[in-house]
Amino acid sequence: MNRREFLVQGALVTAGLGAFGPEALAAVRPAARVAPGADPAVRELAMRALDAAKLAGATYADVRISRNRNQALSTRERQITGLSDNETYGFGVRVMASGGWGFAASRELSLDEAARVARQAVDQAKANASAQLRPIVLAPVESYPDVTWASPVQVDPFDVSIEDKVALMLAANEAALGVQGARFVNFNMFFLREEKTFASTEGTFTHQTIYRTFPRMSITAVGNDEFQVLQSTDVQPMGLGYEHVRDSRFVENAPRWAETAVKKLTAKPVQPGRYDLVLLPSHLWLTIHESIAHPTELDRIMGFEANYAGTSFIYPVENFLGQFRYGPEIMNVQGERSTRGGLSTVGWDDEGVKPDEYLIVKDGVLNDLQTTREQAPMLAEWYGKTGQPVRSHGNSYAQSWDDVQFQRMPNVNLLPHPERDVSLEELVSDVRDGILIDGDGSFSIDQQRYNSQFGGQVFYEIKNGKVGGMLKDVAYQIRTPEFWNAVDLIGGKSTYFLGGSFFDGKGQPSQSNAVSHGCVPTRHRRINVINTGRSA
Amino acid sequence: MADNRFFSRDEAQAITAKVLGFSRADEARVNLNSTVTGNTRFAQNQVSTSGDTRNGTVTVTSAWGKRVASATTNRFDDESLRQVVETSERLARLVPEDPEYLGELGPQQYAESSGFFESTADLTPEQRARAVAAVTRPAQQRGLVATGFLTFSAGSQTVATKRGLFAYNQSSRVNYTTTVRTQDGTGSGWAGSGHNDWSRLNPEELAERAIRKAELSRNPQAVEPGEWTVVLEPTAAANLIGLMMGSLSARNADEGRSFFSKPGGGNRIGEKFLDSRVTLWSDPSDPNLSSSPFSNQGLPNRRVTWVEDGVLKHLNYDRYWAQQKNVQPTGFPAGYSMRGGTASVEDMIASTERGLLVTRFWYIRAVDPRTILFTGLTRDGTFLIENGRIVSAVKNLRYNESPIFMLNNLETIGQPVAVSASESGDVSNPVVVPALKVRDFTFSSLSDAV
Repeated sequence: MNRREFLVQGALVTAGLGAFGPEALAAVRPAARVAPGADPAVRELAMRALDAAKLAGATYADVRISRNRNQALSTRERQITGLSDNETYGFGVRVMASGGWGFAASRELSLDEAARVARQAVDQAKANASAQLRPIVLAPVESYPDVTWASPVQVDPFDVSIEDKVALMLAANEAALGVQGARFVNFNMFFLREEKTFASTEGTFTHQTIYRTFPRMSITAVGNDEFQVLQSTDVQPMGLGYEHVRDSRFVENAPRWAETAVKKLTAKPVQPGRYDLVLLPSHLWLTIHESIAHPTELDRIMGFEANYAGTSFIYPVENFLGQFRYGPEIMNVQGERSTRGGLSTVGWDDEGVKPDEYLIVKDGVLNDLQTTREQAPMLAEWYGKTGQPVRSHGNSYAQSWDDVQFQRMPNVNLLPHPERDVSLEELVSDVRDGILIDGDGSFSIDQQRYNSQFGGQVFYEIKNGKVGGMLKDVAYQIRTPEFWNAVDLIGGKSTYFLGGSFFDGKGQPSQSNAVSHGCVPTRHRRINVINTGRSA
Repeated sequence: MADNRFFSRDEAQAITAKVLGFSRADEARVNLNSTVTGNTRFAQNQVSTSGDTRNGTVTVTSAWGKRVASATTNRFDDESLRQVVETSERLARLVPEDPEYLGELGPQQYAESSGFFESTADLTPEQRARAVAAVTRPAQQRGLVATGFLTFSAGSQTVATKRGLFAYNQSSRVNYTTTVRTQDGTGSGWAGSGHNDWSRLNPEELAERAIRKAELSRNPQAVEPGEWTVVLEPTAAANLIGLMMGSLSARNADEGRSFFSKPGGGNRIGEKFLDSRVTLWSDPSDPNLSSSPFSNQGLPNRRVTWVEDGVLKHLNYDRYWAQQKNVQPTGFPAGYSMRGGTASVEDMIASTERGLLVTRFWYIRAVDPRTILFTGLTRDGTFLIENGRIVSAVKNLRYNESPIFMLNNLETIGQPVAVSASESGDVSNPVVVPALKVRDFTFSSLSDAV
């Protein structure tokens, strides 16, 4: 067997795993636990790519070989509407040559192709370098010669039979349809397993197995020439296995969601005006994502994303770091990639850096920014002044083997009240005229992350410290600095909850990143609320 | 003809025949896609990243009776192809019946499509670097900072079924967008265009447009949000019209969960719901709108007039819903065009006493599907018009508006042009629309973002 055949066969053994039923599984299960990095042939391919890149003139090179398997199931009401099982396998080589970057990728896993792709990347880097104005400097990195990491899953979603998954979905749909007025139900599940090997000319070789699980129900109630939709946003996507689906108890929760959808039909339209807002974590994670996590991406700040994702109101950085008051002193925002079940959680990032935990906002003041190896040196002055080493926070990521890695947000979390365990009841009790918002809904924010508008799933009046009836057509509009400085109290550690985005878009070509945002509920004083209902 | 970049018709025929030969299921369909893609990004007046990729996928959909499932791989050796067929067949045995599955299609007749251009498929990193320099050099000379993205995709799409359907199409698409900003961050201008044919794009003209807007947009003034007369450049018009095109599902309308639902049941086909000058259509054979002449299922895509003289003529019926309602399935060609008028953007400005000129919209998100109401913001070139001329740049504004209201409040229609209507700047469907002058466009707040 030559190397090429070996690679192909190696891929095949694990390619169709998981969905075949118990007998097939028993036979091949051990192979499922072996990431491709463990395969000596994959290591050889990686080394061939790095050697070819160096020989062609690269001063730095890295290679990622990844196999992404995903499974998507969709149902509506009492039937299945889609089942697909997808796999993509290939490798990408990133190089620096003559001071410029180059990247090329291929689905053909052979040693010759590895060398060809590496040379192609070097040629491209040289073409790009012709107009280079400034040199690229990479922050130092430790080398990790042979390390592994895997998401802490209890049940591999690809080991669970299709029958079990479909039975659960249809039972949950049936439970929702049992509620009078609930007319349509969609229940989708999406599972991902990425087996990723990374090697670089810095002497690092990592292999990781990463899982993500996203179950979501959407229930539509139809009334008199009116319809309302409720999504199950109190169950969020996670970097976990099928245990997340089971623990979320969809069948038991479906009637409650359906009743809420029906109640939305007769909810009172909101009167526009200024209200105190109490934002639950199932809603707030998205506001954090848009108004804190995105504007603190250093590539945006430096203008690298100006043509699509945008820049940031945080500019120039020297006027903001250590000076800009994001919010009250009880506000601390952390970046990390280590939370159990976090969507961005990994052992090493896509340039071989071990991510660290860091405070983006410390005691209410901007303290640090998200970085890669290319970006950390841009903060050298701030790090020098504050006695910190110039090192990447490990925030590099690419969605697949055929995309180049770049700066992506880690899990960005609003930490609990630093002093005491504030309850939701306490947050509500001091509100005379307010709105409580549950679940993430419509969202839109400008390209510098100042002005944004957020809806939600469900809205409740708060009158004199008590949660009252349901409202509809609610959206709030904010300017980021004022909004966070209008916070006067946040929840304590027992109110902490992990929300997250499975498909966060950034970059050109646009790439999808998955990221979690742990947070506690917040109370914001006098926020502008609009009514979004119009008649056609 | 063999092509080492992506699968030729002969190669596609051979691969799909092999895959179908492995099939034991009652029904099987193969979707084979192969692409070459390349892109170059730039920021701070120099290339930031770039990439060239070859990929291909084969998706097999298998059915036992009405039990259906599909599987995809990007590996094309015999064993992988056999495996992907087996995976789809095993999965299909495990799922409940899909009562809406109608089986696969037999041979079909397709319209001609001419959406493939060598000029695009052959675009090299060196050519891309030169096209980047055509923007970054003049920007730098004027003390401005250019950012942008040039991207192309070329390849073939094939559908084949066990019932003898075989459909093959080649296509290419290229998109070039740039945002030029002032050094002090107080001004920003955007320009972009997309086409199937790289030779139809003009980097120098894009540079000129984005640079002019960046310089004009310095020091924007605040205006009051509210109801404004707006001149929407073609990209901005397309950003909103596209939202309505995405809401044309006949089934959603019939089920009572769409703007196109008729009170009391059914849908609004035949009703006049827009200004009588509005006509919108899709046509895969039109050289300016070239797109695939068939769907993923192999269903023919033909010219469809969605709206004619303001009247809703068609909604999109998929095969199942068409059978339920006893009509022909519509097909849903990618891309669309809107009938134009004769006015230029300059004419529209000249005829405006007080209004706003909008270059493009951004972060467009649904707010209320009952009225196709969306929110989003203006970006990269928003100007105040007074007494027939542009008098200053203005701060960006958030809108809460529906294309339905907008296309009822038309004042003037311009000449249609090809635009890059996707927010991301990625290659996207062909869209050819005119600039529009619209009254009573609803802005709800101001933004400090430049």
